[in-house]
Amino acid sequence: MPDRPLLHLAGVHTHIGEYHILQGVELQVPRSGLTVLLGRNGAGKSTTLRTIMGLWHASAGRIRFDGQDISALQTPEISRAGIAFVPEDMGIFSNLTVQENLRLAAIRGSFDEARLEWIFSFFPALKRFWLRPGGTLSGGQKQMVAIARAIIEPRKLLLIDEPTKGLAPSIVDNLAQAFEELKARDTTILLVEQNFNFVRSLGDHVAVMDDGRIVHHGSMAELSGDESLQARLLSLHARAVH
Amino acid sequence: MAAAATDVSDLSPAQAGTEALEALPGRARDLVPGVLILAFIAMALPVVGSVPTWVTLTVAGLAMGMMLFIMASGLTLVFGLMDVMNLGHAAFVAVGAYTATLLVGPLKGLLESGSVWASLAAIAAVIALSMLVTAALGWMFERLFVRPVYGDHLKQILITIGAMIIVEQIVLVLFGANQMMLPMPEALRGSLIVGDVAVERYRLVAVGVGLVVFTGLALLLARTRVGLLIRAGVEDRAMVEALGYRIRNVFIAVFVGGSALAGLGGVMWGFYREQFTVAIGAEVLVQMLIIVIIGGLGSVTGCFAGAVLIALSTNYVSFLMPDLALVSNILVMMLVLLWRPQGLYPVNKH
Repeated sequence: MPDRPLLHLAGVHTHIGEYHILQGVELQVPRSGLTVLLGRNGAGKSTTLRTIMGLWHASAGRIRFDGQDISALQTPEISRAGIAFVPEDMGIFSNLTVQENLRLAAIRGSFDEARLEWIFSFFPALKRFWLRPGGTLSGGQKQMVAIARAIIEPRKLLLIDEPTKGLAPSIVDNLAQAFEELKARDTTILLVEQNFNFVRSLGDHVAVMDDGRIVHHGSMAELSGDESLQARLLSLHARAVH
Repeated sequence: MAAAATDVSDLSPAQAGTEALEALPGRARDLVPGVLILAFIAMALPVVGSVPTWVTLTVAGLAMGMMLFIMASGLTLVFGLMDVMNLGHAAFVAVGAYTATLLVGPLKGLLESGSVWASLAAIAAVIALSMLVTAALGWMFERLFVRPVYGDHLKQILITIGAMIIVEQIVLVLFGANQMMLPMPEALRGSLIVGDVAVERYRLVAVGVGLVVFTGLALLLARTRVGLLIRAGVEDRAMVEALGYRIRNVFIAVFVGGSALAGLGGVMWGFYREQFTVAIGAEVLVQMLIIVIIGGLGSVTGCFAGAVLIALSTNYVSFLMPDLALVSNILVMMLVLLWRPQGLYPVNKH
């Protein structure tokens, strides 16, 4: 019997004002591994993550997480159910130091030293700017803090929105290492990305969005190995760019 | 803003955390507004032309500034954290002052004893009761008037002004329309004389209370988890919720706390005035709003600096150019906002 997906969106619609952004999203995120959500700008990827997180409320459809219907829950309850969110703008608190940003995320009150050491092992730079205000950090440093904050406590699911956007290659490599470490710890990740080359070796499953709907889902291995499929699906992105 | 980072790369996480907790955060502080205020005070001396007069005006300005800060501090947190324009905040100042009058009779012995410590104890008791009453009123106010209009500034303005009128009318029904008397404790009347300089005792108490409140708020914000939540929430409420916190509970706590602080301010202001009407809060509402704006929404440090600046400038201008006294606050606001449009100590908001 196949494992029940950790996250299941069934016929999810989201309206933002008068705009109908998500138009019946059907998405299943298997337990463990990394699921990539690809698509062009404006496809609805970020809205999907924000809807899962309760930051936008679905106007129709159901969202089930680990067997629980979270459609009607508020954002704090969804977070406490075991979902961590790294938004596209990283959401770092500028006036708080790095240490304070992480301390806030440690809902239980104190750091797990072993876990913090583990985070330092793939983000050693965090130690250098531990007491610096978040607002003084570079984009790459902020992204490290954002991901460190998301994993400072064990979570069942990480929602990460375009983490490599605008980052230097060395930082991107750091992130790739971090995601591999997380996968090794059986953390489930739903990653929104436009950088296919970054995710083709990292991702296990892939879903492609266009115009508020999932237009393809399958294994990353299948998509990586099928250039015609890549051209057909990812050219959705290329058409939008041109 | 340049940061003076403390390198903790050689420390274990626990040591790094302890180091951080025991030391002030290793970041450069923006001292410019503070230095400018000190320079403003210093420059007033040759203009005033008399050291005793200058000292008297400065202490009076600082005392007034402390009382304004206490009254406005809750307002800036409500504005900054909850994005709520609560123009009914002045009602809590009035309720604080009126509640204080209830204890004048029972505490008459202490208030008229001539003992400084007895007077301070009496004031502390009055403050405790007033803060309790205004906190409870704040809880009801948020639930009845503010909660239904989150996110709509126009409705907030209208409903909170209306609520303030309701509260004031209830106060009039309970206490009558006559002026209320709140005599200053005997031991705190008069002045301390040092050479040619006379400094009113009560003003020194007001400065002391203001500093205690500022220090308490600063420590709360910098060293406690609640303070972390408030500072983060002022910046980005949605992200705080995404971390698992019910920001609405923080809202309520801040609103209640802010109301209690307004009540405290009302007590201090009421003792200073010794007689007042129900408009005691409304009379300082514009100044409170100016202080919140020039300080930076949601910034306690900014509110402190703004209150001191407004009060000092009011005192100096009233002495030197009485015709400009009424507009001095507006002039200060214009100058500050031309220099720093986001306020003296702005909070970055997402």
